Amino acid sequence: MGHPEKAKEFTRDLDRTHWHDKALWFVREKRDRAIKAVPEWEQLREQAQKIKSHTMANLDLLLEQFETNAKAKGIQIHWAKDAEAHNRIVLQILQDREMTRLVKSKSMLTEECELNPFLEKNGIEVIDTDLGERIVQLRQEHPSHIVLPAIHLKKEDVSTTFQEHLQTEAGNNDPTYLTRAARTHLREKFLAAEAGLTGVNFGIAETGGVVVCTNEGNADLGSSLPTLHIASMGIEKMIPRLKDLAVFTRLLARSATGQPITSYTSHYHGPVEGGEMHIILVDNGRSEMLGDPLFRKALNCIRCGACINTCPVYRRSGGHSYGYIIPGPIGSTLGPGKDLAAHRTMPYACTLCGSCTNVCPAKVDLHQQLYYRRQQVVDAGLLDPPKERLLNLAGWLFKHPALLDFTGRLTRKVVPCLPRALLYNRFNPWGEERELPEMPKKSFKELYKEKKGGQS
Amino acid sequence: MRIGLFIPCYMNELYPGASMATLEVLERQGLEVDYPLEQTCCGQPMANSGCTKNLKDLAQRFLRIFKDYDYIVGPSGSCVAMVRTHYAQFLDGEPGFDRLKERTFELCEFLHDVIQVETFDISFPHKVGLHNSCHGHRDLGLGTPSELHVPCTNKLENLLLKVDGLELVTVKRPDECCGFGGTFAVAEKEVSVVMGNDRIEDHLSAGAEVMTGADISCLMHIDGLARRQGKPLKVMHMAQILNGEVPHGTS
Repeated sequence: MGHPEKAKEFTRDLDRTHWHDKALWFVREKRDRAIKAVPEWEQLREQAQKIKSHTMANLDLLLEQFETNAKAKGIQIHWAKDAEAHNRIVLQILQDREMTRLVKSKSMLTEECELNPFLEKNGIEVIDTDLGERIVQLRQEHPSHIVLPAIHLKKEDVSTTFQEHLQTEAGNNDPTYLTRAARTHLREKFLAAEAGLTGVNFGIAETGGVVVCTNEGNADLGSSLPTLHIASMGIEKMIPRLKDLAVFTRLLARSATGQPITSYTSHYHGPVEGGEMHIILVDNGRSEMLGDPLFRKALNCIRCGACINTCPVYRRSGGHSYGYIIPGPIGSTLGPGKDLAAHRTMPYACTLCGSCTNVCPAKVDLHQQLYYRRQQVVDAGLLDPPKERLLNLAGWLFKHPALLDFTGRLTRKVVPCLPRALLYNRFNPWGEERELPEMPKKSFKELYKEKKGGQS
Repeated sequence: MRIGLFIPCYMNELYPGASMATLEVLERQGLEVDYPLEQTCCGQPMANSGCTKNLKDLAQRFLRIFKDYDYIVGPSGSCVAMVRTHYAQFLDGEPGFDRLKERTFELCEFLHDVIQVETFDISFPHKVGLHNSCHGHRDLGLGTPSELHVPCTNKLENLLLKVDGLELVTVKRPDECCGFGGTFAVAEKEVSVVMGNDRIEDHLSAGAEVMTGADISCLMHIDGLARRQGKPLKVMHMAQILNGEVPHGTS
């Protein structure tokens, strides 16, 4: 199933669709208020864009600098060319130390690599400790948003899930009660964990350390209580200098949730006392994207989710309708970049409204990328054949004005004579819920000729 | 000053009224306007679906037909955006393309920026909701997108405020997409319909009697939904209001 079919499913519950739209629009409005309190907002975006573009142009050197500096701080560095390599490295580290209990804080990269099922198959207990992620993990679902993983769920849904898995009271939908239950449950898991895995928001080449931004402090517990900390990091998370970080921390939380800063901005520059810290640098298709001038800017993404919150299509179709781990505008360019055939409907789940490009704190040209992704889909022969034939026919017709005029005239004459049942049926998706335009007697061209004829 | 009137293909066939209003508004400004009869389509429907097969031909056709005019003016933000932002892929380096790009304007933008119209000398004593169609709004900059933190202006609003008696209502989401999106309206019909209905509700709750905008494709979608449901919202192209017409349907 592609996006249209899944979106159709989602919109079947109109109340829920509107609720979902409003929940995310609330976040978008909060973001608007937050950025309007920063007079230099647009300059910050420009600066972020420049830093990231510079970073991507010098990524090889910066990664090597990062490795050298990290090693000097006692951090062990691993290079993973793809998801499989990444997962094997994590497993190896755990198995070498005979560890079987891992707590994870939010990491879209490990979702991308499908780390959880791989580790579970190999006898490792993996617990997601971000509240939203834990909720979807218990439900055996994927996150529906990169910052708000359980945004598709109402508190009633969470209550049912917790009742089943955490034995909370039936019908108690009080968010505070539910959060406390999760907290108690997760605290046990934190204390029992042998290893903690975190994602990375920023890797600083100059210092060889990484920065993780969370609101729940779960990354801090997960990386500090156990003696082993593994940080999984996409190679595009690099920034050159510590002072560059300020640009991004000012942009990130405001763009994501409208907060001035995340509750925790944790810097990791070495293992805990007596422990170990590992950083896995993951490529998984990023180098390839870097080589593509049309799409390389997507690597500037700092995963704030602002484009997702503002996307009018996402808000009304939900994250799971995209069929890729990252939904919305940014996912719709990254997904097809990974596997064009599997994600061929993603670039079309968009009206090209351009709101995503404008909210993006790193100025990724999102809607332009989706425009060009569509050309890739067509060039690869992946567009629905009848649709492609129709569009090519139209394109051909537009090169033949006389024939076009004739077709237009015929349509305007015939349509008004047809019985409604012939016009409005399952072959006319436009007309299922919309009236067709009223057919005028004459085209503008005919009226214009009459007008000019009358004048001369 | 010779203006080449660029009427989108579907407007020519389905919206001769709004097309004629465009011509009349321009002529009333004392401009010499010519409608080249051999024009067809800018190629946007194919381009937005990724079908580039005929696009170079269509872009070259457009260039050939319009290149000698002082200005090219069209009553559709998205079609003008096609020329200004997407033709480069097919025409970059062709003689006359840079000039064409600089001289192709959306109607309201042209009246606002180039002609700098002071007054239209018309009245429209109705409550009007402005729909800021995305391509005109964000790609052409007809208004300041709500996402940006820059000084706010809106060329369409500025023009409407010059119309006597017209009351502009305040909608909650002034630049949210209506869900038309070309083939999106059909391929993603369900989402498209929800988006369109949400726009209608926003405008109706703000008290709008008439919804207007600078892109009739969006209005065609909105109008189709409103008429099907019998919603008391009339839809008019900006050109029709600026032409001094009374509220009516879009045709």
